[in-house]
Amino acid sequence: MSTFVLLLATGLGLGALYFLVASGLSLIYGLMHVLNFAHGSFLTLGAFLGWAVAQRMDPSSWTGFVASVLVGALVGALVATLTELLLIRPLYDRHIEQVLVTVGLSLATVALFEGIWGTDADFIRGPAWLDETTGVLGARIPNDRFLIIAVAVLVLVAIVVFLRRTRYGMIIRAGVENRAMVTALGIDVRRAFTLVFAIGGAAAGLGGVLASHYFGYVSPTLGGSLLIFAFIVTVIGGLGSLTGAAVASVLVALLQQFANYYAGGTGDFVIVLALAVVLLVRPAGILGKVAA
Amino acid sequence: MSTPATPALQVADLGLRIGGATILEDVDLEVEKGSFIGVIGPNGAGKTTLFNVVSGIARPTSGTVHLDGRDVTGMPVHRRARAGLGRTFQTSSLFPQLSVRENVRIAAQVALGGSLSPLRFPRAGDRATRDAVEHLREVGLGDKLDLAAGVLSHGEKRKLEIAVLRATDADVVLLDEPMAGVGSADVAGLSETIRSMHREKGCTILMVEHHMEVLLGLVEKVAVMYSGTIIAFDTPAAIMANPTVQSAYLGASA
Repeated sequence: MSTFVLLLATGLGLGALYFLVASGLSLIYGLMHVLNFAHGSFLTLGAFLGWAVAQRMDPSSWTGFVASVLVGALVGALVATLTELLLIRPLYDRHIEQVLVTVGLSLATVALFEGIWGTDADFIRGPAWLDETTGVLGARIPNDRFLIIAVAVLVLVAIVVFLRRTRYGMIIRAGVENRAMVTALGIDVRRAFTLVFAIGGAAAGLGGVLASHYFGYVSPTLGGSLLIFAFIVTVIGGLGSLTGAAVASVLVALLQQFANYYAGGTGDFVIVLALAVVLLVRPAGILGKVAA
Repeated sequence: MSTPATPALQVADLGLRIGGATILEDVDLEVEKGSFIGVIGPNGAGKTTLFNVVSGIARPTSGTVHLDGRDVTGMPVHRRARAGLGRTFQTSSLFPQLSVRENVRIAAQVALGGSLSPLRFPRAGDRATRDAVEHLREVGLGDKLDLAAGVLSHGEKRKLEIAVLRATDADVVLLDEPMAGVGSADVAGLSETIRSMHREKGCTILMVEHHMEVLLGLVEKVAVMYSGTIIAFDTPAAIMANPTVQSAYLGASA
């Protein structure tokens, strides 16, 4: 029982990380039809700079931790915005070129990060509470899991409220469904593109800082390793659907954890299998094309 | 610069070539303010392409487009829309997952202008929503406000498109086959909805429609397209009597 609960909590924590990456991917794809391969780099940079800030302050203090989270989100948003303005926008509506640019950017940035911070993982620490555990039904759950899950839920709620309740949110939802018509109504949909990139980048940067606490280290390939699963989550959840991304994040991470433990480390294989099944049975994903 | 004599829409020498193919050639058309023009022609004659060039989705390889005397040939789609051009698409002009009210509200908030600050929360009773509800009542969808647009019947969807156009306050409206897919029972009601938009809004309308009876009942003049150009532009009666049109179009479809 305690193993089951531990796997559940760990899986939910991992799912929360997947969601922080997949939410942006899904919104960006839904609105712009661009698979953003550079999304992992937003995450990695957020993690590195967040950790740099925590180190300058005091990594074991909550102030340092909160500052690193804020910096991670800010850096993610900023880099994503610049990426959209400088690389994606000039290639407006040339989807293949846009995707290739993001692939190139992801390769170049990983090399850049390795040049700056080295290829080895940089072990990090945070406030002592994060490394402690809390007993739940006999299982000792690391506290950082609770925090990561709570943050992901907050991000989900914030994005849903933004999409459902604000004018811009309505434009983004409309753009996901019928971009030509949004433009024909007199709206410069490119502004929504930049905004969606910024939101996705913020979630990824935030996810980067949290991922570094989940795994205990930062490394230049941190983003890339999460990105693969986030893509799978995005496809299973339905490209363009935020709720779908949330549901699929949890499903994929739990499946992965349980298969790894109970089925001899076959987690990654099971996920790819699940992806194949979804693509065959329901190619549009669990929730199809609904922004929120 | 805009006088009563300035045409609402003027296209001159319009041409569009893609690769070796000529899609539009020497298209000239002057549309008077407030008029209702039908655009007919066999499939592939260039009707939708003409609408795409006028609305900015396609760029012409030659010629110009003027809206109310203003050259909009190089203007992007969204700025043309703000300059007073509204359109529907043949396939779908709606946001199926958004509510009926939200579909119209987006158009209404653009028409109201002002800041589109990402953080301005639209309240239930704000101006744009009130306008949206008003337009929906006008077209007879006042009791469907909270339904997802996607679940409406074909006829209702087309009416919703008209409500959206009313909300945009467009001066020139391009309707691309507004009757497509509409059951015969709904045709009369939809025609009346379009007619009252034209009358009440005083807008200029160009309409592509294969349903000839409906078209002739609504429009004041008809432009006939054939092989990428306009071969006749006249009153319905004169068009029906025109021998060139008979052989080029009406004969071909009979």
